[in-house]
Amino acid sequence: MKKTLFDKIWDAHVVESIPAGPDILYIDKHLIHEVTSPQAFNELKERGISILRPKQIVATADHNTPTINQHLPIKDLLSRNQLKQLTKNCEDNNITLYGLGHPYNGIVHVMTPELGITQPGMTLVCGDSHTSTHGAFGTIAFGIGTSQVAQVFASQCLLVDKPKKLRVNVNGKLQQGVLPKDVILYIISKLGTNSGTGYFCEYAGNVFEDMSMEGRMTVCNMSIEMGARGGLIAPDEVTFDYLEGKEFAPKGEDFEMMKVYWKTLKTEEGAEFDQEYSFDASDIEPMITYGTNPGMGIKLSDSIPMNTGKSDEKALEYMGFKEGEFLIDKPINYIFIGSCTNSRIEDFRTAANYIKGKQKAANVNALIVPGSRQVAEQIKAEGLQLIFEEAGFSLRQPGCSACLAMNDDKIPAGEYCVSTSNRNFEGRQGQGSRTLLASPLTAAATAIAGKITNFTQNLN
Amino acid sequence: MEKFISLTDTAVPLEIENIDTDQIIPARFLKATDKEGFGENLFQDWRFDKAGTPDPKFNLNNKKYKGSILVTGNNFGCGSSREHAAWALKAYGFKVIVSSYFADIFKGNSLNNGLLPLQVSPDFLKKIFTAINTDPSEKLHVDLEDQLIKITSSGEAEKFEIDPYKKNCLINGFDDIDFLVSRKDAIQKFEENNFQFQKN
Repeated sequence: MKKTLFDKIWDAHVVESIPAGPDILYIDKHLIHEVTSPQAFNELKERGISILRPKQIVATADHNTPTINQHLPIKDLLSRNQLKQLTKNCEDNNITLYGLGHPYNGIVHVMTPELGITQPGMTLVCGDSHTSTHGAFGTIAFGIGTSQVAQVFASQCLLVDKPKKLRVNVNGKLQQGVLPKDVILYIISKLGTNSGTGYFCEYAGNVFEDMSMEGRMTVCNMSIEMGARGGLIAPDEVTFDYLEGKEFAPKGEDFEMMKVYWKTLKTEEGAEFDQEYSFDASDIEPMITYGTNPGMGIKLSDSIPMNTGKSDEKALEYMGFKEGEFLIDKPINYIFIGSCTNSRIEDFRTAANYIKGKQKAANVNALIVPGSRQVAEQIKAEGLQLIFEEAGFSLRQPGCSACLAMNDDKIPAGEYCVSTSNRNFEGRQGQGSRTLLASPLTAAATAIAGKITNFTQNLN
Repeated sequence: MEKFISLTDTAVPLEIENIDTDQIIPARFLKATDKEGFGENLFQDWRFDKAGTPDPKFNLNNKKYKGSILVTGNNFGCGSSREHAAWALKAYGFKVIVSSYFADIFKGNSLNNGLLPLQVSPDFLKKIFTAINTDPSEKLHVDLEDQLIKITSSGEAEKFEIDPYKKNCLINGFDDIDFLVSRKDAIQKFEENNFQFQKN
């Protein structure tokens, strides 16, 4: 039988298949952070089991870290304790931690790819649903719960059923002003939030082939928002160019050798998928969400569809919107450019390019949060910091920040926030906050206009 | 892990679709380093307003409804991978969650905590909601060995699917760590044969 990219990687990592049960899947890389790891460390301790392969684990602090004054002790006692616990757990178990203040610190799904830790053909897990991000490299990467974190600690393996296979093809030419974020928001709006449940999704077509690695990461990142455990894109020259020279990527001859293997990681012609969808790139426009799940998205120029059921009514009531209403010209007081979806240098270049020479509207609080220390340094080095500051945007230190509001970066109750993050769930950005998901360009344009605007006519 | 074999109890209906784990347990309650105390914050922002006053319209606050079975709309547990959601439901007292669809990670997390995610057909889910709405003291009978769920008053029943390995784990109270550790030799052999995967 012809194999898909997913089959090739999965099959190469099966230690054993349990008859009428799950596979024992070997995990190459295990990423951990402060929120979903402490109970797993406790679990092992209670059972008197040691961590099997500490060298295959990389830790960072990101979820509840502050984005100002990171050099000072953290004010929130619980957050401070959780970070202290992570440090102690890593020290006790010989795990490399890129904690707060370390030059490599950042959001787990931003800093590991930029260090070359994520590589094609690997299996990679993390106690975080957006681990799907790493699929951009042609990697089987998926989020796990804390019990599974403990399982990987104990055995470097997981017991998992092989998911079904889904392929989403997007071919054609993207319109001006349409970013990778719009592509994935479009796909999710078409397929819904549970269309991918039980599946691993391969993205194929010239739109993804033409995308940068950062764009591919944005797309794969949101695979979980349509329910898919992970998404992946076949590695190619774009992938290899991105990896070459990265800190932990193989070097010299090793790199060339791995490249020979990586080049075999493609879906064979005629391989079968359990489900397949195709979209025309030219139909995609800048997208925005109007409801309380990422599937409730529309083209910026469209009106909110007539709702169909109880849950949709609940969502519109929460958002303060009506069916049939247009979002254009809605006043917006908050924008957030950040999160593991959109906090890489290209996101900030795109935003800065639009903002340059303009001023944010007086009513807007504009928060810019880089995904990592390295991205923050690059923002400075490229002169983007100046552009943001002159335009009145607040540039912060890296972390997950207002994506899930575990730190002080919260959107007040009732306020709208045009956000480049990945979830518009009720209260996600703070109790009572109302999130509209969009691309960095849409967020930047909203900040300048002080309202949702059809910015595509302003592009040159 | 706590065993689960069978249960007959009343249920709490929550007829909402796409309930995400951010609603089950909001992120601001994820700062603990142990598994204790999540039950009191279950559905915090739906149960209480900002001043901490319980919302009488929310069914967990409605005295009519009680029991260790939660019946919910389609695609329950989507979103964040936080296992805290399963811990919160378990600590609150739920032993079974019934829905027509579960998000993958949530389903796995529940099974790893002895909380049964029980998937029924959309039609049967409707029947359950109708039965509870008609009579909140309606009891549901769940039998894991026979993989059967029954509305006791009418006797209407449906078979449900569960991975045979996971079923065995729940019935016996086994968990995956024990099993994986017992396969250590096979894992080490795999590593020896596949050095390229851990070289970097």
